Amino acid sequence: MVESDNSNSVEASVAEAPPEPVLRVAPSPHLSKTAVTTRWMMSDVLLGLLPVLAMAVAIFRWYAVAQVGLCILTCLAAEALFTRMRGKPITLSDGSAVVTGAILGLSLPWSAPWHIAVIGSVVAIGLGKAAFGGLGYNIFNPAMVGRAFVMLSFAKELGASAYVSTQSQLTVVTQATPLTAAKKLAADLAAGTITMGEAQVHLESARQLWPLFLGNVNGSLGETSALAVLIGGLYLCLRRSASWEIPTGVILSAFILAGAANLLGLTPFTALYHLVSGSLLFGAFFIATDPVTSPLSPRGKFTFGLGIGALVVLLRLFSGYPEGVMFAVLLMNAVVPLLNQWTIPRPVGGPAPQRT
Amino acid sequence: MTSTATGRGTFARGVHPPERKHLADQAPIEVLPTPPEVRIALLQHLGAPCEPILKPRTEVALGDVVGQAKGFVCAPVHASIAGTTGRNSVATLPNGRHVAVVPIKAAKQQPLSGQALFDDILGGEWPTDGLDQYQPQTIADAVRDAGIVGLGGAAFPTHVKLTRNPEKPIQTLLINACECEPYLTSDYALMMESPAPIITGALLAQRATGVHEVIICLEDNKLDAAERLRQAARGTTVQIRILKTKYPQGGEKQLTVAVLGKEVPTGGLPLDVGAVVLNVGTAAAVARAVVRGKPLTHRIVTVSGRGVEHPKNLLVPIGASYRTLVEYCGGLTADAARLVAGGPMMGFTIGSLEVPVTKGASGLTVLTADEVRKAEETTCLRCGRCVDVCPLNLVATKIAMASKANDMDLAQRYHITACMECGCCAYVCPAGIPLVQLIRLGKVRLPKG
Repeated sequence: MVESDNSNSVEASVAEAPPEPVLRVAPSPHLSKTAVTTRWMMSDVLLGLLPVLAMAVAIFRWYAVAQVGLCILTCLAAEALFTRMRGKPITLSDGSAVVTGAILGLSLPWSAPWHIAVIGSVVAIGLGKAAFGGLGYNIFNPAMVGRAFVMLSFAKELGASAYVSTQSQLTVVTQATPLTAAKKLAADLAAGTITMGEAQVHLESARQLWPLFLGNVNGSLGETSALAVLIGGLYLCLRRSASWEIPTGVILSAFILAGAANLLGLTPFTALYHLVSGSLLFGAFFIATDPVTSPLSPRGKFTFGLGIGALVVLLRLFSGYPEGVMFAVLLMNAVVPLLNQWTIPRPVGGPAPQRT
Repeated sequence: MTSTATGRGTFARGVHPPERKHLADQAPIEVLPTPPEVRIALLQHLGAPCEPILKPRTEVALGDVVGQAKGFVCAPVHASIAGTTGRNSVATLPNGRHVAVVPIKAAKQQPLSGQALFDDILGGEWPTDGLDQYQPQTIADAVRDAGIVGLGGAAFPTHVKLTRNPEKPIQTLLINACECEPYLTSDYALMMESPAPIITGALLAQRATGVHEVIICLEDNKLDAAERLRQAARGTTVQIRILKTKYPQGGEKQLTVAVLGKEVPTGGLPLDVGAVVLNVGTAAAVARAVVRGKPLTHRIVTVSGRGVEHPKNLLVPIGASYRTLVEYCGGLTADAARLVAGGPMMGFTIGSLEVPVTKGASGLTVLTADEVRKAEETTCLRCGRCVDVCPLNLVATKIAMASKANDMDLAQRYHITACMECGCCAYVCPAGIPLVQLIRLGKVRLPKG
């Protein structure tokens, strides 16, 4: 069986010469790219999240700090608790619980009460990770497991109305989130409560892409600024801490499907609007790219991304939710083992003959 | 006829480990002083072991046969020094095999040593025309009798490659001068100091195999060696092709892709795409065998790494112990931690300095504690970096985990037998998983068939 490099040590001493160094025997390769470790990858993801975190704090002030901080702390505590319960050594220092907490926190609305952050984090780590065997063994994205759990359990606190507070000092939260507004607009039009002309007025102001891009709109903590997400996300792709095939697939299929829907009149908003609104970009770069729950091969990753992008647009158009990134990701996570099997890369020189 | 060299000069994926060739690439080849004893291994090639034919206490001269070849895929072994044989014993080679060795105690007077020995082996004139006087079968026989095997490391008996197979004609001879492993500079030193026999050997191999084209392939970190080869090859049809420096460009499957644009079928040989690959040192040995009628008794070994005091390129007799080499290079440093026979990516560690040098030994790399790969393993994150670097496009982590769990069906579905154990995957793995070792474990666990 594989043993560590101190399985065999030979010491030889020569009479006159100084004592020889201890020589160890180990399997090749004997070099490694020492800089890149799991911990480095997690730290890199956190670095990539910094622009998003910064924008969240800039827009939502104290709420962002509290929400994200609480999620991170609870995730760390939950991981410590569950690994202790499983009798395994505690590996908090690998940084994965911090990343889960940060992403979960950023996907919550500013107004979610503290108990939602706590419950979400405990479920994320407990059900999403520990129950499967810990880091590397889970099938579903832990942050999204926690998010979906609290979404379904606390519908009111996390529903569209939770994002709005007309009395707040933060001007952004006095308006509904762009996608909620879009959904309401579409519903009103269909019900006939507003005329097309009135709808157009609303549409014109809602269609302004710039605020969406910069982040001056309402939404969950991490989703509002597309610019921040792009900066952080591209950084991760360049450093190979996130596989670029996944966000490429997400953006491509979302763009095509939203564009087609726009042309067919199913949505008044353009493909570009759909891209920068909601948490599509945040999901594409930070949630879908979780390595444990995404496929192994480049083709598999791209297909995975395509599926998520398509599902997000479909959920936006046809489901009751204004936004569906978490469900899209969880659904595609379930398909990952199949994608892996379907996209086994062809070896150079062709498949190997099988021995029975 | 049009050239077969239509490859784009590199292959997909691969890694870029630090080259660190500067430690030894300026060192001129030094002839190792005759050691007091050599131990000639009776199996130092791929194939059947040699049969010992000498009784103990027989006097042998430099170049006498001490082990006869048995079967076709075998090559005889010869005495690399003048002396007296002892009783056969067993040595453990770096790959872990226990093989019989013929010890030879050095005679007080050696006929050749120092510069004279160098000149006898590599120096002097090497013809580049008039080689048609040698018949193909004569060349193959001379190569076999000289005990020549692949000096690049695989140690496959060369005469097998030079014997024509009517069912599988070959068009191209590739001379592999890539030397893609970090630290190693033995092929480089040979090309810089003694390029002539390489050209002669390449032309002789061409005569034997009947190929249309001969191409010497080098990485672009050896442009000065390429220039030496070009000068030596002037007036001949031998071509020089420069390839992008990347590990493992020296692997023959990567070589055929980069130079010829063809993929060797999994489980097959370059023969299947009409090519044969010879190491540049092997070519020089072929020249010596055919033109001068001398057997393979010495080879250039790079002793390098930060764990040795004075890295050098040495011309050593086969069978010298690694201890002799290390002592000649000033000994190990205090922080030496690992002795690797070969390069750090694919070489085998040796646990004792008494291991004898064999024909396939291109170098001894002594790694220090801080540069050695740490054995701290964490869980696989399925990040896919191993997939991104595998030169053969395999999913290393899946094969490794399947092997670990003894799920050989799954391992085979991911083409475990195609793996060449180059080490790119384990090199980049952020979790520090010993992927290559797990794949080796899997290969052992495969059903036989």
